[in-house]
Amino acid sequence: MNMFSSAAIAILVTMLLVLIRAFKGPTVYDRILAANSFGTLTMLLIAVNGFLSERPDFLDIALVYALINFIGTIAVSKFVHFKDLAPPLPNNDPGDI
Amino acid sequence: MELLIDLISWFLLIVGSAFLLVGAIGLLRLPDIFSRMHGAGIIDTMGTAMLFFGMFLQAGFTIVSLKLFLILLFLMFTSPTTTHALARAALDAGLKPLVDDDEPDAKKLALLKKRKKERKRL
Repeated sequence: MNMFSSAAIAILVTMLLVLIRAFKGPTVYDRILAANSFGTLTMLLIAVNGFLSERPDFLDIALVYALINFIGTIAVSKFVHFKDLAPPLPNNDPGDI
Repeated sequence: MELLIDLISWFLLIVGSAFLLVGAIGLLRLPDIFSRMHGAGIIDTMGTAMLFFGMFLQAGFTIVSLKLFLILLFLMFTSPTTTHALARAALDAGLKPLVDDDEPDAKKLALLKKRKKERKRL
């Protein structure tokens, strides 16, 4: 058995467990946290899959996925917090995330 | 030498996978959002780093390992940032960290809804 396939199986099982939390999560923040972890795991799976198929060029996609995942998580938590993605008004500053 | 590198790579990948699973179990079983972030942190730091170092050994010193290193570096900056932002958003929304172990999650949620209603009334 290839070392990368065993890692890929472990990542898939982890994704399943994280997905259970994303569906169960009592608050919206639990779901955001689980979605963030799921994105990290997807990035890992893309990287491992690149090594598994002996075409490590997939790492570029993994890098972009990491960037998008970060921005997405910040945007969603800001949206949930302020109900708005626009910057706060200068005279009524509620702070930032 | 080849065998040694393969063995170290195997070790890192297996231990990294174990850390991933431990983090996921933590995410699933810990009692509230602030402690669940701990499990997510294990996935983001130890699991990812060990898997990437295992792949790093297999790639050797090429452009591939540079990309791996860049992803890892980026992740080491963004993972604490997202966790911090999420924790602040949750705190500002009125979720309190669980300090007493006799207050389950459902009860806390009911309390939160009550507080929100009171805030709306004001």
